[in-house]
Amino acid sequence: MTVELFIQNVFNALTVGSLYALIAIGYTMVYGILRFINFAHGDIFMAGAYLIFFIAFHLSWPIAAILAIAGSSLLGILVDQTAYRPLRDAPRISALISAIGVSFFLENLALVVFTGLPRPAVQPKWMVDPIVVGGVHILPLTFLVPVVTAVLVLGLLWIVHRTRPGLAMRAISRDIETTRLMGVSIDRIIALTFGLGSALAAAAGIMWAMRYPQIHPFMGVIPGFKAFIAAVVGGIGSIQGAVMGGLLLGTVEVMAVAFNPTLSGYRDAFAFVLLIVILLFLPTGLVGEKIKDKI
Amino acid sequence: MSANPTNALDVKGLTMRFGGVTAIDDLTIEVAEGQITGLIGPNGAGKTTVFNVMTGFYQPQAGEVLLGTRKLNGLAPQAICALGLARTFQNIRLFDQGTVLENVMVGCHVRRKCSWWMAPLAWPPFFKEEKAIRLKSQALLERLNLGGVSGEKASSLPYGAQRRLEIARALATEPTILLLDEPAAGMNPQESSELMVFIENVRKEFDLSILLIEHDMKVVMGVCSMIWVMEYGRLIASGNPSEIKNNPKVISAYLGHQESEDSEDPQGSSSSDPQGSSSGGPQGPGADNSQGTASDA
Amino acid sequence: MMTGSGRTLRNQLSTLVAIILLALFLKWALTNFNGYQIQLLNLVAINAILALSLNFIYGFSGMFSLGHAGFMAVGAYVSALCVLTPEQKEIIWFLEPIFGPFANLHTSFFVSVLLGGLAAALMSFLIALPIMRLGGDYLGIATLGFSEIIRVLMTNLVPFTNGAIGLRGIPPYANIWVNYAWLIGTLYVIRSILKSNFGNVLKSIRDDEIAARTMGIDTTSHRTIAFCLGGFFAGVGGALLGSLITTIEPKMFNFQLTFNILLIVIAGGLGSVTGSVVGSAVITLMLEWLRIVEYPLTVNFSFLGLFQVGPTTIPGIPGMRMVIFALALMFIIIFRRQGLIGAREFSWDAFYGLPSTLKRFYQRRFGRARP
Repeated sequence: MTVELFIQNVFNALTVGSLYALIAIGYTMVYGILRFINFAHGDIFMAGAYLIFFIAFHLSWPIAAILAIAGSSLLGILVDQTAYRPLRDAPRISALISAIGVSFFLENLALVVFTGLPRPAVQPKWMVDPIVVGGVHILPLTFLVPVVTAVLVLGLLWIVHRTRPGLAMRAISRDIETTRLMGVSIDRIIALTFGLGSALAAAAGIMWAMRYPQIHPFMGVIPGFKAFIAAVVGGIGSIQGAVMGGLLLGTVEVMAVAFNPTLSGYRDAFAFVLLIVILLFLPTGLVGEKIKDKI
Repeated sequence: MSANPTNALDVKGLTMRFGGVTAIDDLTIEVAEGQITGLIGPNGAGKTTVFNVMTGFYQPQAGEVLLGTRKLNGLAPQAICALGLARTFQNIRLFDQGTVLENVMVGCHVRRKCSWWMAPLAWPPFFKEEKAIRLKSQALLERLNLGGVSGEKASSLPYGAQRRLEIARALATEPTILLLDEPAAGMNPQESSELMVFIENVRKEFDLSILLIEHDMKVVMGVCSMIWVMEYGRLIASGNPSEIKNNPKVISAYLGHQESEDSEDPQGSSSSDPQGSSSGGPQGPGADNSQGTASDA
Repeated sequence: MMTGSGRTLRNQLSTLVAIILLALFLKWALTNFNGYQIQLLNLVAINAILALSLNFIYGFSGMFSLGHAGFMAVGAYVSALCVLTPEQKEIIWFLEPIFGPFANLHTSFFVSVLLGGLAAALMSFLIALPIMRLGGDYLGIATLGFSEIIRVLMTNLVPFTNGAIGLRGIPPYANIWVNYAWLIGTLYVIRSILKSNFGNVLKSIRDDEIAARTMGIDTTSHRTIAFCLGGFFAGVGGALLGSLITTIEPKMFNFQLTFNILLIVIAGGLGSVTGSVVGSAVITLMLEWLRIVEYPLTVNFSFLGLFQVGPTTIPGIPGMRMVIFALALMFIIIFRRQGLIGAREFSWDAFYGLPSTLKRFYQRRFGRARP
């Protein structure tokens, strides 16, 4: 492999990894607080991509992006309020099954409303005109995705670690009942968690659609699974872990195929293999805390 | 305290650490054959941890647990149960979805001989064994005064009956040693004194050795022939009930160090003595007790 | 009053009568139903087998498994490999030759279904080895992972599976008698195990694993057995399904398929054998019935000549069926978590006790009102 190609692959890995990381954060935050897998998270990602596709017809791209993120955020909160909130006291598996239901609902609703026809993503020209640096062709998008991801993650970490709602979030993930007794409005904090997670997923959806310029109702399924796996690999419940897991998964996927092209047919299986390997040898992920059963 | 052939269970030099916390520190206790032995100590002394090590849920860093001459360390909980060690839990752990009878039948499973695939083959010995398990469980329930409620859901029983059911379920595994973790917890004095008679009867009828953790001193002093006292993971005293009752270390462990120091030092007035107030500070029993409880749970 | 053995005899005879009645119904259906309706009857039986196997793993043994499609795929492919004739195989594998030993393999359909089930059971065993110690939703996601890996392998291992094109022209041996016979066999095996103390033990592991281990139960081996047995019947179901629709391809065994089975299990009632059978009938028929929302619909309606609607054509809406079904699943899980049947079971004792139960009910209800 030439150096140029390798550098290109490094950037590819970074881009894909960043997108996985952004989606993974939503999984990890919801899991940290409510202890269930929000299966519908990948479909919020899809909703973000569709929203910007339709809004960008009427408004300029940056405004459309902000509105799409806000809209997806609201969708995430709405999903929680209708499908998960009634199940707060039910066994956790019930919420998980409800989440699977929401996921299928959103995917097929998108199929009904937007039809199965893949749509081209809106790509502002300055993002997709390749620039050549020392013989390496790189899209500005490839730089932009990791940078935007870094900014968003730092912003999120600031919210979680430096603000009062963030403190409440961390407290809930430790002990929801005690936090409730301390007078924290649990429902509001959970809504905030869903809102933030969905916003990041939508941002990822927008960038994903630009990189793989196609939008379709089931586009969130595979990235959703993989991002969840990234969250587990990193250590579910930890935002830093989700970022690490996302980057690791992106690297494994891109580099394995880059070094051994015959594996390209198996690309979608890498994530699951990585998941199973991690579950076996590091059941709590790279940075996760060990939760022991009480006896 | 060398290994005594008449002991049913020996714990030697047991040490169990969780990270930096030493929950059990070089503990040695004995459970005599055919006796009721008590294990007592303030909250957080590490008593339940001892049970969890004995039953194979935790692997100790040092020391060993011997059932007769058989070493139990390293065995899985189910293997230890098969060797004849049964236990109950501090916070009752019944199979809530099942009936009272089904709970006991689960206990019989460890002694069964037929395999699952014989069920669809309609293998006659399998059905014979099924029937035997049902009869044995029903008989066991009747002996423990639970015969009338065998068809009820386990979770619907009153508290005291649930405790007895847990003991019945443990007995169904045909143990030689029974570990009871706070059997009198949450009982009123009337129920506790009934429980004392009950435990004594169980021991006699089933020819068991019993080790029990208990906070209710009346129960402990009433039924135990030998008592071991733990504090902060260490053994601080052992002896028969009257010895324990008068042991100054035990009294100080339960009532706090301040009083004992005061009695040893009649000149110092407890309110002004700087030493007295320092012992009531971070090292005082009150502060440690609350921490200990948190780590023990 | 009836003695215990008398009651057992009565119940066994009742079961025999019920099976004969079912057979008579099927015979009647074969002459009076059209091909589509018979196909639905077949699907009900196969879905019931699949639901029973998932319920055995999840509802009774408490292992949340989302890998059913993977086991089905293994069963379907292995069975097809066994039952396809060597001549057919030569035609099907035109891209790459078939893996040598399979080229001339040919077995009867019954043996092929059995081998499909065994292969799926073996696959479940291999999967169970590493993941049995995972709990709750981790187990679900790991099984889902394995199922996806199986699907990717099926797409790529062309010498075994013919890749993405799949296998066509599988002989349609899975007729109504075969399917219902397998359903009754599945019901019998699963019921006999659940009725014994082993079923009781599996439920105890589901309810409190720590207490079960304390009672001397090797939870890992019991869960592995349950997982493999469920995998076996999932493989059988997959094999029958492959033969019923005569075509299999990797895409068919996606998460949606697992979801459909999960929906049947939840709708019928977790931890109820009766629920899985009833749920299978209800959900299969509803899923088919709802296909009308995806087909174009011509409306031509007049009311006594007073007004006329149409003739107009409402276009079919692809995806609407699953929208409705997803909503149904959410509705069930939020408002009726126990499903149609709950954890209850049909029993002959309850069936024959019904008149007296009803009588008692009415006496309690209305008896006191009488002077």
